[in-house]
Amino acid sequence: MQAWHFSETAYPYLPPADSYPSIRVSLPNKNYDPRKGAALYDRYLAEWQIADEEGMEIMLNEHHQTATCVDPAAPLMLAALARLTTRARLLILGNPIANRRQPIRVAEEMALIDVLSKGRLEAGFVRGVPYEISPANSNPVRMNERFWEALELIVKAWTNHDGPFSHEGRFFHHRNINVWPRQWQDPHPPVWVSTTSTGGAYDVGRHGFIQATFLTGWDSTKKIYESYRKGWRDAGRGNDVPNNRLAYAALVYVGETEKEAHEGAEKLLWYVTANKVAPQFANPPGYVPVAANVAIMRGAEHPLSAFAKGASVEAAIRGGFMFAGTPEQVYQQIKRHYNYVGGYGHILNMGQAGFLEHDDTVKGIRNFARHVYPRLKEEFPHSKLSGQFGDVPGEAPENFILRSQSSKVFEGGLVSQLGAAGAR
Amino acid sequence: MQRSTVTIAGCDLEVHEGGSGAPVLYLHPGGGFRPDPFLAEVSKTRRVIAPSHPGFGRSALPDWIDSVDDVAHIYLELMDHYGIQKTDVIGCSVGGWITMEMATKAPERFGKIALMAPVGVKTGPADKLDIPDIFVMSPADVPKIMFHDPSKFPFDPSKMSDEDLSIHVRNRESLALYVWEPYMHNPKLPHRLHRIKSPALFVRGASDGLVSEAYMQSYAKLLPNAKTMTIPEAGHALQAEQPQAFAKAVLDFIG
Repeated sequence: MQAWHFSETAYPYLPPADSYPSIRVSLPNKNYDPRKGAALYDRYLAEWQIADEEGMEIMLNEHHQTATCVDPAAPLMLAALARLTTRARLLILGNPIANRRQPIRVAEEMALIDVLSKGRLEAGFVRGVPYEISPANSNPVRMNERFWEALELIVKAWTNHDGPFSHEGRFFHHRNINVWPRQWQDPHPPVWVSTTSTGGAYDVGRHGFIQATFLTGWDSTKKIYESYRKGWRDAGRGNDVPNNRLAYAALVYVGETEKEAHEGAEKLLWYVTANKVAPQFANPPGYVPVAANVAIMRGAEHPLSAFAKGASVEAAIRGGFMFAGTPEQVYQQIKRHYNYVGGYGHILNMGQAGFLEHDDTVKGIRNFARHVYPRLKEEFPHSKLSGQFGDVPGEAPENFILRSQSSKVFEGGLVSQLGAAGAR
Repeated sequence: MQRSTVTIAGCDLEVHEGGSGAPVLYLHPGGGFRPDPFLAEVSKTRRVIAPSHPGFGRSALPDWIDSVDDVAHIYLELMDHYGIQKTDVIGCSVGGWITMEMATKAPERFGKIALMAPVGVKTGPADKLDIPDIFVMSPADVPKIMFHDPSKFPFDPSKMSDEDLSIHVRNRESLALYVWEPYMHNPKLPHRLHRIKSPALFVRGASDGLVSEAYMQSYAKLLPNAKTMTIPEAGHALQAEQPQAFAKAVLDFIG
């Protein structure tokens, strides 16, 4: 098991949520103070450096025109991290290539970072979340087709070393593709794709890329992984799927005591509860298939939206999208989840959010890295295969649930799915 | 109206037909084809041919089709299919844009051209959308621009069949595909419209929140032989909200 510290580098100093209709897309940047923003960048970078020192890997992502993630050019942040860290793998998850007009530019950025970090890049790609369709002026229809054409072209650009070739595809045209620098890793950096749908996971499995899924809990995660494994096998990659092909992202906070854990975990819920998005930004036409839209119009609700209406730490742990508690509790929660969904080789720790301050974030990182991570590495090495299920129920073990330490229940309001949707 | 399927350039098109007499091509707005009462009025004296645009209704959407220009080419070929050398046309909203693209390609094939709140050009400044962005509009606000009196046109998915709801969703998706960028216009079109010498009538509803009076006027000025008309107590969906007045305006014009 490899564990990755992840922060969305949010800017949480906002007016009351009921004073704006959407934290994304339309919230004016007069609410952003660059001096406070600079201090936040300093501490977020410092937290990644501490994760590096503690033996964890590093993950960051990219979002646009939002206070939830003030990293609209993640390769720039990654370039800084390439110089500020010495050991950790550097995962960008990811490049929103259905919204980028030049896939070759993305291939160049990634190649540069791979060389700059001497081969520590893990290159992730996402379709892009629905709310960034308008900021990117990107057509929401046929995004998946654009995504896959771009990704296949990027890999081809990385692996061509014999001078220019051309690409005249359905969506992208490049008459002269000849990427400099050549990336450090051979044949190319590991490729990650995030998706929270079974159809998307099947395609990722066919390609053999690393599949990440975000906050999908118990049964959805299981189905997504099963679909990945089917895609892998259907493409003739063999019956055995190494667990290092699969990743799961959850809110993770480890405290020395239950009280400490609960306080940190409650602040992490900001990820879910602050994601107030006006409905017209959350579901542009064509982003999800017709049948899914029909179901939505008939009243179907995203599980996270339903959760956010009455979010609590205990409910999040029971739902399988948060692992929080003492080291023993967190270990047991992850172990149960691992065995239920069939195994994964990467845990993406959303270990900082909103008002979880620097000292508490660092405590969470250290408690995880020192008291949980070693046990996970030992019990779930990358030599294990995915698709092996424990005979366990789809919920965290009752003995290891972090009980509510307060009666605080969050009112999420108009909350939609988190900014982590990948390929369909 | 009778429904049939016609295959043009490999694309299966759903085509609605009704009435008899000289042909009128009816190109529906972004909400898709509906057998609106005004069509019944028109088909009393004319043969109405009303295709669903590729990706709308039950019409297919082949991979290669992604623009209003593509649809215009398909429909010129549809006229060939029916052996129609020249026709009058009624184009509503995005259907009006398709009409303009067709008529700039083959102006000799069009008699009278009636346009209901058409989109397709940009005449205003760069820092303001000529047509408000319907895709980022609050769902509560959309009916207010579509109708003068939205209360008469409630939208209730629970009363729709799965097929109708699927068509509704797919229409919206196909509309986005066609009009996303540049938003609701073809920058080249204003430089081609002078070719359309046929008489043209631009009609809009006085309460239309998408196509403003100024937009319609500046659009009509790009054609050498166009006049304009505004119908009261109607929003963008004029053909649905004021079917009698709209049918009269159209029939008075096309004869």
